[in-house]
Amino acid sequence: MAIPRFWRETPSRYNLFASKCGNCGEVHFPPRSVCPSCHRKSIGRMKSIKLCGSGKILSYSVVHDAPEDFEMQKPYIIAIIEMKDGVRLTAPIIDCDECDIDIGLEVEASFRKLGQEGKAGVIHYGYKFRPLNTTPPEK
Amino acid sequence: MRDVAIIGIGETEFGELWNKSFREIGIEAGFKAIEDAGITSQQIDALYIGNMSAGKFIEQEHVAPLVADYSGLADMHLPAVRVEAAGASGGVALATGYMAVASGMYNIVIVGGAEKMTDVGDTQALQILSATADQEWESVFGATFPSLYAMMARRHMHVYGTTRENLAAVAVKNHRNGSLNPNAQYRREISMEMVLNAPPVATPLGMFDCAPLSDGGAAVVLCPMDRAKKFTDTPIQILGSGIATDTLALHNRRDICTMDATVIAGKRALHQAKRTPKDVKVAEVHDNFTIAEIMAVEDLRFFEKGKGGAATEEGLTALNGEVSVNTSGGLKARGQPVGATGVAQAIEIVRQLRGEADKRQVDDATTGLIHNVGGTGATAVVHILERGD
Ligand SMILES: [Zn+2]
Repeated sequence: MAIPRFWRETPSRYNLFASKCGNCGEVHFPPRSVCPSCHRKSIGRMKSIKLCGSGKILSYSVVHDAPEDFEMQKPYIIAIIEMKDGVRLTAPIIDCDECDIDIGLEVEASFRKLGQEGKAGVIHYGYKFRPLNTTPPEK
Repeated sequence: MRDVAIIGIGETEFGELWNKSFREIGIEAGFKAIEDAGITSQQIDALYIGNMSAGKFIEQEHVAPLVADYSGLADMHLPAVRVEAAGASGGVALATGYMAVASGMYNIVIVGGAEKMTDVGDTQALQILSATADQEWESVFGATFPSLYAMMARRHMHVYGTTRENLAAVAVKNHRNGSLNPNAQYRREISMEMVLNAPPVATPLGMFDCAPLSDGGAAVVLCPMDRAKKFTDTPIQILGSGIATDTLALHNRRDICTMDATVIAGKRALHQAKRTPKDVKVAEVHDNFTIAEIMAVEDLRFFEKGKGGAATEEGLTALNGEVSVNTSGGLKARGQPVGATGVAQAIEIVRQLRGEADKRQVDDATTGLIHNVGGTGATAVVHILERGD
């Protein structure tokens, strides 16, 4: 993915910035410029807020066939997470054994390397999630 | 609006067609459909072609004029339009061609679909398919196309008690149907054990839960119903056509176990056709993954939500079951050249309604349904077909 394209989304990928509709209060992630409930009434009234960073696993999969960029990480866990703020997002789950993962598991965001651009590599960072209240294994 | 009929069908074989180029595939399907309809090239008013990603698979965009040109039609300066809606490209091309004839704008329209997927490696093909999901908020985090369907499957199992065997039953059934279809990519039956023991792709889905990568093309000829009898004794009427869309990313859906786009496209098509799900005797539904067929038979209201898996394992969707689903073998066994899929589905239903499906003929094939999905359900398109004679 081209560098500017990744850079444009960094506020949300680094800090979980979402949007909140000034008309109805609905929170959206990733941020939207139009609220799907309020349409025109929301234009110019979308505020930026930071998500609390924790939530529960709605569903997950252990990925065995991965595209080139993720080849080194496989098998890895990908999940849809229902955040406490009410929004959902898709993210990898780390510091978690395959046998410990389950629907409903509480997880929190952690800032990690997502991938890198080409061989020389500009490194992309963003959120991954790990089980709540567990200390990551020592490196 | 005018009534519209399908008067001709044609397809290539599906599979790894290493000796055939994209343009050869498109032309072969088109000419077979023209021959089947008994029309001449000069009678064609317009061409619509469903194609998902020729730009990525063969580095060729602008494929509609390309197919028209190499079909020898460049001198006619036909309107030739490519339609893209990910996996639903073929079905949306059919809906577009249908509107063109129904509106009175054109009389004879060719709707084609083609994809050439095997010129790139499997890993690259997976990456291209994953581009139909949300690149910025799904793919970039490592969500692959199969893993998104796997998450629907996991949730469906959790909420409704759908079993791994229920999922496998879809693949077993579709391979059995494929074994009766001389045009299918896979014509070999597989056992439940083979599906359950296959290497994992994205858990809980394994290799036999996923449709293959294929090359192939398909085409149909449309004309106004009131002229159809001039060309054929068995015109097949398009009674209803419905398209619906939803959020691009799976995680933004109301419910990841229901494709609302399918529910709504199905209702729109059935409403227009003045039919109910009970009237449908034969259906081609989008089974790019086993879980997709289970959700489809629920979302099209053949079975109650949550009961699609058990219904499949009980044989209610088998050949001459309550509703015969994917008699062609589906995407799983007939093959899945993405852009061609929606058109190939129409061809199977036309064969069933004409009574030309041979060993896989459904006994009381009166009303047929076609269901084609793009991405993880951001587009769905449904058509209802019946004999018009
Ligand atoms: Zn709002």
